[in-house]
Amino acid sequence: MTEKKLAIIATKGTLDWAYPPFILASTAAALGYETEIFFTFYGLQLLKKDLNLQVSSLGNPGMPMPMPVPVLLQALPGMQSMMTMMMKQKMKSKGVASLEELRDLCQEAEVRLVACQMTVDLFEMDTKEFVEGVEYGGAATFFEFAGESDICLYI
Amino acid sequence: MADFDRELDASGLNCPLPILRAKKTLADMESGQVLHIIATDPGSVKDFEAFAKQTGNELMSSGEEGGKFTFMMKKS
Repeated sequence: MTEKKLAIIATKGTLDWAYPPFILASTAAALGYETEIFFTFYGLQLLKKDLNLQVSSLGNPGMPMPMPVPVLLQALPGMQSMMTMMMKQKMKSKGVASLEELRDLCQEAEVRLVACQMTVDLFEMDTKEFVEGVEYGGAATFFEFAGESDICLYI
Repeated sequence: MADFDRELDASGLNCPLPILRAKKTLADMESGQVLHIIATDPGSVKDFEAFAKQTGNELMSSGEEGGKFTFMMKKS
C-alpha cells in the first residue's frame, strides 16, 4: 500500500475555522497519510505559539446561539470575547481537543506546516512567534506537494 | 486473565481524539497484540471501523454497554 497524500490550504484565522485543518491533518496522519498544511493569509494565525483566536457571530447567521441576539447588539464591545469564552467552555465540556493539542499531535505525526512567505511579509508577521518546525514557501512550493496529493482541501 | 494486552480509556474525549490516542497506543504494541478501547463518543463506532479498514489493524469486535462503546483491535 503506497502512502496516500493530503494537502490542505488553511486560510482562516478564527477559533472555529482553525479546527478543520488540524482535525483532518492529525487524523489523516494517524491513517498513514503523508500530510502538509499550507497556511496563508489569516490562516497564519494558527501557527502562533500563543493562540489567541476568537469567534464571532457577526456575519455568521448560522451560528447557534443560546438566545436570539439582534445583530447590532452582537457588535457591542465585549460581545466577541464573551462568545469566544462561551465557545471554549462548550468545547471543553464536550471533550473537544484544544487547538494546541491537535497542533502538537500534527507535529508529532510529522505533518508538514508550511507558511506562505508572501503573506508573512505582507502582514509583517514576526516568525519568532510561530511554533518550531514551520517551513516557508510560495505557491510553487505548495504545488510541488499538492500536485502529487490524493486529496486537496481549501479551508 | 484479560483477553487483551493493552487498554485505552478514551471516555469523555471527542473526535478525533479517540482515534489519535488509539493510533499512538498501537504504535507501542507488538504485531498480533490486542488493544481494548473504551469510548463515549458515538461517532467513534463508525470511525474505528474506518480506521481499521484504512490501517489494516483488525477490529475484532465492537459493542455498547451502559452508554460506553468498546472495541477490540488487533495490531497488524
